[in-house]
Amino acid sequence: MALQDYKNVWILAEVQRGKLSPTALELLTAGRKLADDLGEKLCAVLLGHNVRPFAQELIDYGADIVYVCDDTQLENYIDDVYAKTLADMVKTYQPNKFLIPATNRGRALSAKTAVFVGTGLTADATDVTINKEDGQLYATRPTFGGNLMATITCARTRPEMCSLRPMAYEKAKKQAGRTGEVIAVPFQREKFTSAAQFIEFIKSNEGGLDLSEVDVIVAGGRGLGKAEGFALLQKLADRLGGAVAASRAPVDSGWIDYRYQIGLTGRTVRPKIYIACGISGQIQHTAGMSGSDVIIAINKDPNAPLMKTAHYAVEGDLYEVIPAMLEALH
Amino acid sequence: MHIVACVKQTPKSDNVKIDKETGCLIRSGTESAMNPFDEYALEEAVTLKEQAGGRVSVITMGPPQAEAVLRDSVARGADDVYQLGDRAFAGSDTWSTSYALSKGIEKINALHPVDLIICGKQTNDSDTGHIGPQISAWLNIPNAAFVKKIVRLNEKSIVVERLTEDGSEVVELPFPCVISVVKEISNPRVRSIKGRLNAKRATITVWTADDVAADKSKLGIQNCPTRVVKSFVPKREITSVVVEGSNGKEKGAKLVTLLKEQKFI
Repeated sequence: MALQDYKNVWILAEVQRGKLSPTALELLTAGRKLADDLGEKLCAVLLGHNVRPFAQELIDYGADIVYVCDDTQLENYIDDVYAKTLADMVKTYQPNKFLIPATNRGRALSAKTAVFVGTGLTADATDVTINKEDGQLYATRPTFGGNLMATITCARTRPEMCSLRPMAYEKAKKQAGRTGEVIAVPFQREKFTSAAQFIEFIKSNEGGLDLSEVDVIVAGGRGLGKAEGFALLQKLADRLGGAVAASRAPVDSGWIDYRYQIGLTGRTVRPKIYIACGISGQIQHTAGMSGSDVIIAINKDPNAPLMKTAHYAVEGDLYEVIPAMLEALH
Repeated sequence: MHIVACVKQTPKSDNVKIDKETGCLIRSGTESAMNPFDEYALEEAVTLKEQAGGRVSVITMGPPQAEAVLRDSVARGADDVYQLGDRAFAGSDTWSTSYALSKGIEKINALHPVDLIICGKQTNDSDTGHIGPQISAWLNIPNAAFVKKIVRLNEKSIVVERLTEDGSEVVELPFPCVISVVKEISNPRVRSIKGRLNAKRATITVWTADDVAADKSKLGIQNCPTRVVKSFVPKREITSVVVEGSNGKEKGAKLVTLLKEQKFI
C-alpha cells in the first residue's frame, strides 16, 4: 500500500481505573490541529472494559470517529494484550499518524506496538506539526536532559507514531452538538494473548493531592538543604490549596519520593502558580514546569537560571521568605 | 537462572554542552559512563543471581570504546559480556537498536537459555524508554516497564510491581520475559577489588551483524524508520518581576501583596 493511502490522525484515549485520562483531551487538541492541517479525520481509540460510554465524550471534545474495543480481557493493562490489539487495529484501519500519551503505560505500549506494526516511533514529544510540503509528522522532543531539542520524522513507514508528553498541550474544549461515528472493534481472544497475568493494583498511599490536578505547586530544590524543609513548603501549599513537589536533587538525596519529581526525568505539570524554592532551574527541571501560568522563583542566588525566567523573582533565603508569606496570608 | 542485562554507554552528565550556533553536541571533554538507569538494572540482575544462583550476561551495542561499560559490568558482578560492534549498527534508532539487541540475545540464548532480560527504564541521553518493551516485541515474550520492585521469584516466573501515575500494579511474568526498571529497584554497590581485577582480565565477545544473523535492511541510520531532521537549543522565556525589599521577610510579604493584586491568589 502506498504511503498516501494511509488516512486519518489517531489518538489513544487512555482509560485508567475506569476514568478517562486527562491526556485524552490533550491529545485531542494536538490531533485536531494535525487532522485539520491534513484535511483528514481525527479518530480516538478506546481500549478497555466498559469504556464505550466515553465515546460520545471524545466526540464532544473533537473526535470525528471513535474506535472502541471493549472486553473483560482489557480490564487491566497487560502490555502484550494491549499492544497486539492496537497493532491489529492499526493494520486493519491504516491510520496516517498515531499519537499516544507518554504516560508510563503509553510509553511502554507505544514502543511494543511500533515493533508489532513495523513503524517508527518518536518518544515523549512536546510539539507535533505537519510539514506543509510533504505532509509528514514533525515531532519535536527534548534530548540530553532537555539541553537540546530534536525534531524527528518517519519518512518511509505509516503510521508515524509518537508519544506525546502529558500536559504539553492544553485540554480540548467541549463543543456543543458535535456528532461522530462510533465503530465497535471486536476483541480477538485467541489472537490478543499474553502469558503475563495481572495480579493487583495498589493505590498510592502517599495521600496528598494529584500533582496533575492542583492549581498551586510549591516545589523544593537543592536549596532546601534538608528533608525537613518540605514541611515548611507543605504549610505554604496547604495555605494556598496546593501540593508539594521537587526538582531532582532532593529526590536523589532521598528527601522526598520520586513520585514528586518534576522535570524531564519526572513529571510534567501545568498549574496556575508554580513556586520554585531553592531550585536553580536547570532545563532538566524547567522542562517539566515551564507551562505553568505564573512561575515564582525564591532563591539566594540572583544568578540562578530560573531567577531570570520566572515571572516573579525573589532573591532571599526561603526560610525567611516563606514564613513571611505564611504570615501575610494569615 | 540466566539473566541478561542490557546496558549503554552514555555521556556521564545530562548537562552536556551544546554549541549554541550549530546546535551540535560538544563531545570533547564529555566523560562517558554506564547509563545510570542501567546501573540499577545490572545491580538487580547480580542481586537476583546471588539469591537464586545462575549467571548474568551483559550486552551492549556501541562503538569500540563502549567496551569500557562491559568491563565496568564485570567489575559490578557480570559473568559474561557481549558487544554488538559493527558499522552496520551505527546511527540506529530505538526500533533498530532493539532489533539488534534482540538478535544478540537470541545468540546468547543459544549458548545458555535466557530466563530474564533486564533493562534500565530509559537512557539519560535519549530518554525514550523504548528499548525494553521493544526487545520483548521482537522476541515475542511478555514484558513489564517501570518496575520498582521484584515481589517474588521462582523457577518459572517473576512477580513484579510496576509504577503507575496513581500507584503501582503487580504483574506475574513467566520466563522468558523482559523487565525495565526504575531507580527504586536497587542500590548499586561499590565495585569490589576482586571485581575490578576480573574486569581487567575479562574477555569481551564482539559480534557483528552477521554474527547474530541480523537482517541488515533493519539496521543503521539508512534503514531505521525514524531520523532526526533538525536539532536546536530550546529558547527560554524572559520577563521577570524582581520582588523588592530590604530582607527576605519584606520580600515574602511583598510577593503575597503582588500575587493578590494580580488576583492570582
